[in-house]
Amino acid sequence: MSSSNSHTSTIGAIGAPSRRNTELALLVFAVVIPLFAYMNVGLAISGELPPGMLGYGLGLGLLAGVAHLVVRKFAPYADPLLLPLATLLNGLGLVVIWRLDQSERLQQLGKASFGAFSAAAPKQLLYSAIGIALFVAVMMLLKDHRVLQRYTYISMIAAMGLLLLPLVPGLGKNIYGAKIWIQVGGFSIQPAEFAKIVIAVFFAGYLMVKRDALALASRRFMGLYLPRGRDLGPILAVWAMSILILVFETDLGTSLLFFGMFIVMLYVATERTSWIVFGLLMSAIGAVTVASFEPHVKVRVDAWLDPFSKEVIAQTGTDQIAQSMMAFGSGGTLGTGLGQGNSDLIGFAANSDFILATYGEELGLAGIMAVLLIYGLIVERGVRTALAARDPFGKLLAVGLSGAFAIQVFVVAGGVMGLIPLTGMTMPFIAYGGSSVIANWALVGVLLRISDTARRPAPSPAPNPDAEMTQVVRP
Amino acid sequence: MSELTLTVMRLGFLAVLWLFVIVAVQVIRSDLFGTRVTQRGARRESGGRQAARQQASPPPQRQQGGGRQSGGRQRRGAPTKLVVSEGTLTGTTVALQGQTISLGRAHDSTIVLDDDYASSRHARIYPDRDGQWIVEDLGSTNGTYLDRTRLTTPTPVPLGAPIRIGKTVIELRK
Repeated sequence: MSSSNSHTSTIGAIGAPSRRNTELALLVFAVVIPLFAYMNVGLAISGELPPGMLGYGLGLGLLAGVAHLVVRKFAPYADPLLLPLATLLNGLGLVVIWRLDQSERLQQLGKASFGAFSAAAPKQLLYSAIGIALFVAVMMLLKDHRVLQRYTYISMIAAMGLLLLPLVPGLGKNIYGAKIWIQVGGFSIQPAEFAKIVIAVFFAGYLMVKRDALALASRRFMGLYLPRGRDLGPILAVWAMSILILVFETDLGTSLLFFGMFIVMLYVATERTSWIVFGLLMSAIGAVTVASFEPHVKVRVDAWLDPFSKEVIAQTGTDQIAQSMMAFGSGGTLGTGLGQGNSDLIGFAANSDFILATYGEELGLAGIMAVLLIYGLIVERGVRTALAARDPFGKLLAVGLSGAFAIQVFVVAGGVMGLIPLTGMTMPFIAYGGSSVIANWALVGVLLRISDTARRPAPSPAPNPDAEMTQVVRP
Repeated sequence: MSELTLTVMRLGFLAVLWLFVIVAVQVIRSDLFGTRVTQRGARRESGGRQAARQQASPPPQRQQGGGRQSGGRQRRGAPTKLVVSEGTLTGTTVALQGQTISLGRAHDSTIVLDDDYASSRHARIYPDRDGQWIVEDLGSTNGTYLDRTRLTTPTPVPLGAPIRIGKTVIELRK
């Protein structure tokens, strides 16, 4: 076709397609993989297909189906990958928790310490259901994430309240040296997991208003932008808060998570490298100071520096870290196969804080890399959502939530693998723990809501009847 | 359960897990969205096609970017792309497919110049009937320069000759 005549070109936006069918296909895949794993575990342990296979399969499939239908109805343009990735992790978590339930060693340990052993997998399935319910609620009630912007300071107070709850006498519960649980009815809840989302809302709202002052009003000194004293106020306040969490609740993970999230969001909001330098310096100072006089933290640091020494094991009363590293080592490249490892030697918390060691042993380096990549993909989709979001609040919120997710994965994986001192946090989605699963489903819900707003095509302009009539036709 | 079955299942599971990761990455790859160059009038495609041909005005053609060559009209030695070699857009290339390329600060230009010295509709580059590429200044404030000379009339662009608009330099390349 001859095209030598001239017409003008326009650059138009390609709207992201809806992609709901892609999501459905991936979701089916994400439900089939855990079923395969479940079958594999059953065959390896007892030589026959596990009896609860139909139940768990239907349960997970039903949850995924409900979540998908809700997304289809309420967020049709949302990211197609977040839901399948989260579902796969949740499903794999269920399988591995069930696999650890079958371990006789852990069953005896449970009987010895709590009087009776109760299987964790059914409870985890229940928590997943509650998590999906919260996800559905977020999808249905939060029509526009910008509504959250109105609650900037309320969410600050709410986050503070949630963080302080475990310190309230009678409500808080001290489990193994960390005061991060509260006891409500028969359940223990970790409020910090929920505070993570709430505080991201506060940071996003606050930084959106203050970012110009933080970015521009500064003096240059030795290649670094030194912020003014009054702008340093908020960062100092958050720092003090995270140190206080560390001191009073002895919860290294949460304080690291909050401070890290604030630094990430500050950097994204202001584009100033100096904030990262300040943040790293301040967290180093804080950590070293606290570690030198807080015995609980000091023990953790000792166990990190020398996990195999007899004194340290005697002092901490457990050889969890040593066992965890042995599990990773014995897994090798391709792993021992699901249900055939000995990661239950870790004992207490084998299915929560240390669950990654089971993946490392039974799926090997190849498997754990895949799992970490899936986490990476979730973070990538979060950051991609932030890039696509048009409003600064949505951008900051998406970066903050995915940053928090990434930091949490790093802190837990690093602790279990001996890269950093162990902290009492749970691996999102795969670890046993109600608060963690429920809060992370809510987090994915908020991310999906932002991505739906970001990817929704702009409404097409009203057709202009004059346009057709004023065409210039050249002979 | 035999050792062999378990080994096969173990490796099979790892393969399936990685397959999921790869599929997810493929979905990301196909999930690109952003901007696309569309020729104006492409929306009137179906109805106006016959009439347009009779008026010796070619039917609008939809350009999707990428390396699609227009028919067999490409001459040997003819430029195939336009490259921005200086200025804020350095490195940008636009495939030449017989369409007019408009340059300027206006948002609907093919190349939106972020240049203080550019006018909103600064210049355009288009092929004439022989496929020779022509640059034409559209009455810009600060002028369009081909090499060192300021353009006053539509002028053919030799391969590799710099077209200057403010701080931006554009070349046609093979």
